[in-house]
Amino acid sequence: MSQSQLADIQVSAQVTLPVSAGQVGRLSQAVMAMVLGVFVVGMVGFSHIDVVHNAAHDVRHSNAFPCH
Amino acid sequence: MSTFRAIVFASVISGFIVGLLVTVVQQFGTVPLILKAEVFEKAAQMHPHDAAVAAQPAAAGHDHANHDHAAHDHGDHDHGVGAWEPRDGFERNAYTAAANILTAIGFALLLAGFFAVRSGATGASVSWHEGLLWGLAGFAVFTLAPGLGLPPELPGVPSAPLLSRQIWWLAAVLATSGGLALIVFRRTVPAAISGVILLTLPHLIGAPEIANIETNVPSSLMHQFVTAVTVTSLVFWTLLGGLTSAVFARFDRGATLRT
Repeated sequence: MSQSQLADIQVSAQVTLPVSAGQVGRLSQAVMAMVLGVFVVGMVGFSHIDVVHNAAHDVRHSNAFPCH
Repeated sequence: MSTFRAIVFASVISGFIVGLLVTVVQQFGTVPLILKAEVFEKAAQMHPHDAAVAAQPAAAGHDHANHDHAAHDHGDHDHGVGAWEPRDGFERNAYTAAANILTAIGFALLLAGFFAVRSGATGASVSWHEGLLWGLAGFAVFTLAPGLGLPPELPGVPSAPLLSRQIWWLAAVLATSGGLALIVFRRTVPAAISGVILLTLPHLIGAPEIANIETNVPSSLMHQFVTAVTVTSLVFWTLLGGLTSAVFARFDRGATLRT
């Protein structure tokens, strides 16, 4: 989604965009957010770094993430 | 509000609330069992070198992260001696709460991403009820399916090398989500058959195991833990699905592009 389209949406929610452009922007933003989510869960639950493991130890066991 | 911002705001809010609630639930369910298991784990470790441990009483109070050294060293995952770890009590629980909140935010980002795509395609926002069903799907994908092959494990119970279990866990998650998606969204017989095959495939291959498990952690404790983890996870996912969809629908109202 381009800057101008973003600005349009912020000015008015009623603005109508071409369907394809709006859908692509929405999809790519959703995918970005999901990648971020996978990264966060991966770090907390699966990182082999000792300090991260020790801090999240009980959560890993409680979520049945593979641990030690 | 852009879609991305709506997803992130909704995920942070619902993840924070659900993470805190689950931390409370864990204090009554899983955490007491983990602490009990660590007593057995420590006893097993102390056995081969009683004298050395007895000489350092200060170390006995908070060594939950040291449990790999004596009892079972898997080679691929050895905690560094003296690596930082939170102190038992408040500090440990604070880190547990933070990790729970982060995990919930991470999974909420995944859920809200799907909600955004879905509401963009249908033109109507995802209701709390549909969100709850997505939460149940998350429970099936992230807890039930991997848990069949790799049951929730207490500290002090030996298991196959960590990396092989993490790879199988990920494969089970991917296959289960793919299988469910084929069955739910493709309503044809061939898709349903391939969906069921995908669901069963990781279990036909089988999770990594070790030949014989020797542990002094009682099996009743292990069984209680499996139940506690599964039920806690069910609460986590239904709350997260319902709440994230409701909060996301609010933030997204201004940004939804009607078709």
